[in-house]
Amino acid sequence: MKVLEGLKVVDFTWSIAGPLTTKFLADYGATVVRVESATHPDFIRVSGPSTAPRPALDRSGHFAFFSPNKYSLALNMNHPEAGKVVRRLVEWGDVIADNFTPGIMTRWNLDYEHVKQINPDAICLSISQMGQTGPLRTVSGTGTNLVGMTGFTSITGWPDREPVQPFGGYPDFISAVLAACSLLGSLIYWRRTGKGQKIDVSQLEASLQFLAPLVLEHSVTGIEPGRHGNRSDSASPNGVYRCKGDDRWCSISVSTEEEWKGFAKALDGETWAHDARFSNLALRKKNEDELDMLVNQWTSRHTAENVMHILQENGVPAGVVQDPSDLVQDLQLAGLNTFWKLPQSEIGETVHLGELFHLPLTPAEAVRAAPSLGEHTEYVCRNILQMPEDEFTDLLLKGLLE
Amino acid sequence: MLSGYRCLDLCDEKGFFAGKLLGDLRADVIKIEKPGGDPSRLIGPFYDGRSAYWDTSNTNKRGITLDLEKEAGARVFLRLAAGSDVIIESFPPGYLDRLGLGYDSLKKVNNKIILTSITPFGETGAYRDFKTSDLVAMSMGGITWLIGDTDRPPLTVGFPQAYYFAGAYAALATLMALYSREANGEGQHVSTSVQQSVVPVTLNAVPHWTVNGSLVKRAGDRRAGLTSGAPQRQTWKCQDGYVTLTIYGGARGAKTNRPLVEWMSEEGAAPDYLKEKDWTAFDVSKTTPQDWELIEAPICQFFLRHTKTELYREAMNRGIMLFPVYGFSDLLADPQLEARQYWNKVKIDESHSAVYPGAFAKVSETPIEMQRLSPGIGEHNREVLGKLGITEEELHRLKRSGVV
Repeated sequence: MKVLEGLKVVDFTWSIAGPLTTKFLADYGATVVRVESATHPDFIRVSGPSTAPRPALDRSGHFAFFSPNKYSLALNMNHPEAGKVVRRLVEWGDVIADNFTPGIMTRWNLDYEHVKQINPDAICLSISQMGQTGPLRTVSGTGTNLVGMTGFTSITGWPDREPVQPFGGYPDFISAVLAACSLLGSLIYWRRTGKGQKIDVSQLEASLQFLAPLVLEHSVTGIEPGRHGNRSDSASPNGVYRCKGDDRWCSISVSTEEEWKGFAKALDGETWAHDARFSNLALRKKNEDELDMLVNQWTSRHTAENVMHILQENGVPAGVVQDPSDLVQDLQLAGLNTFWKLPQSEIGETVHLGELFHLPLTPAEAVRAAPSLGEHTEYVCRNILQMPEDEFTDLLLKGLLE
Repeated sequence: MLSGYRCLDLCDEKGFFAGKLLGDLRADVIKIEKPGGDPSRLIGPFYDGRSAYWDTSNTNKRGITLDLEKEAGARVFLRLAAGSDVIIESFPPGYLDRLGLGYDSLKKVNNKIILTSITPFGETGAYRDFKTSDLVAMSMGGITWLIGDTDRPPLTVGFPQAYYFAGAYAALATLMALYSREANGEGQHVSTSVQQSVVPVTLNAVPHWTVNGSLVKRAGDRRAGLTSGAPQRQTWKCQDGYVTLTIYGGARGAKTNRPLVEWMSEEGAAPDYLKEKDWTAFDVSKTTPQDWELIEAPICQFFLRHTKTELYREAMNRGIMLFPVYGFSDLLADPQLEARQYWNKVKIDESHSAVYPGAFAKVSETPIEMQRLSPGIGEHNREVLGKLGITEEELHRLKRSGVV
């Protein structure tokens, strides 16, 4: 039995935050119907890597990665008769999800107030840059740029250099898991009371949850945290150290005195590790430049894997700075089914993001690869929405289903 | 949403956030610390001598102290577990089993219990006993590799993040298990690893490798791997700080690139080749570093003439996807967050407030609110243990023997 078996999701999401949210539903058994159109495609569908020489809608490994287990219905929402199909979808669905710029769902009569008239118990989830209300609600953008506003950019980087971006659309990943939590909470409420509701997730507001201590600190002390590279007030050494090989690195964090003892023991022949000037955290922080230099000298004589093993065997947190090729070979991640290899209809066998948590009685299942655009149009219309054949043919001929 | 559910939170900093999210959704979350207080109360940053980390991570929880390693403590814990729905823990793998408090024992006192475990690298496998830190988890999860300047070591995000992701996924796993239990009445032992929980942030770096064998790398204030083109600028210096802007290609890029160039030319800052550029035909995946240099140089010059607020305001008017790089004072003054009444302000004195982030989602029927501040050490001992039928006299005995 799957957790969300029988749950029906009408999925208008695109880009990353929305599709990652509905991926969690699809992985645990919900029927998730992506509504999309070649007339205005999800730009992730043309985002790299692609197996085609030119951008092609069904060849993006990036799109596939985040969208396993979903159905795709092609529907041109700007067609004058699109409302007919939309009505059927809304009647069918338990959850209606979108992450468009606020206003678009209203234009299509798909906002909560409209949905409620057709389906009073529906749950409507909307994710947006800054929320469905307020003066800046209609600002559009992507997490890649919004991240500047969340505070993350201003604190990431070296103190003597310009700030750098946390990779990719960082706020998308915070928003997706928190949106999913609010949705599951609403589903539990729905299962207990039969009542639906409206969920409004602002990517800016969600992101700030992960910076809460800095907000509180600033509000009382006025401190701007600034940029500190990889350093930490509560650990030293705490950094990324060069290892043997081309661009190979290992992260090391020594927080407690016990860990420092383990560190010194691991570096058997290095007399400096026993020096009084590094004998407690305050002294290591004081002499940190020198300490980092000495640690680097030691690590650069070993492979990153060796540094990790030598230190971990002595109780010191250490880990290889894994690149993407390391990730797909990592046995811990593999053991947790973090990646699924599934045969996508246009790309062939390709990697999809798998489980991020495990429910042994009701595990996530890789049933289907990410869909090509409109791959399930007929199936969704005929089998899921129970559309009579002549109606389906009519819609097809009128060009609605593309 | 979760009123009526009780959750026992045994976590250290690796799992704080899971219980906090369940508390936000109105579960009755009881944080259980060692007598004398959890060491994570000493995690910075600090304000007024208090841990801002502890205080923000434990709102909407009650708090009791209990020594699980003492037999009497374990007995009290099992009595609590009998009346609870969820237990969340982040001990080293096997720790609860060794105390006789593992899932099998918990199931005996409560066959519907959901146990949620957060571990650094998983409960099985060669690295199950490896220790982690935020930096180590971000590195093993693949994020650190992608951030930082090209001529220096890779960087992690400027504030610890991995435990937030782990806590959030642990909360999601718990919610799924609760939803499932509503249907079939069965509990289960769910889990997540900190390393695993940060992997999604690598965006398309993994498919870039598996599909095309190309290794996306850190590119400083530029962005690699968006397409197969050369890394493109993300953060731009302006008069008083920085702004973020991505030059996208095709119709989507044209929507924001065109008004930007128009604005520049109104101020005499757009060279002809930018004015004449066909942005719809512009293909980012074919760009070279030289292409970017040509496009970016005049924009860099233009941004230097303006403040981030000027740029952001005008960008909004013109539909340009540009955002300011905010510091924390900017955030606290932001009109949108203010209009949405996002912040929770707790009065310290007549003129000062301590500010906490507000709801992670606005939910219409069952609003998420900050209903209580983080608990003091053992603040709810009497309340929670009394409800269990433990008398004042027994409580005294437990205190004297260091159990609570």
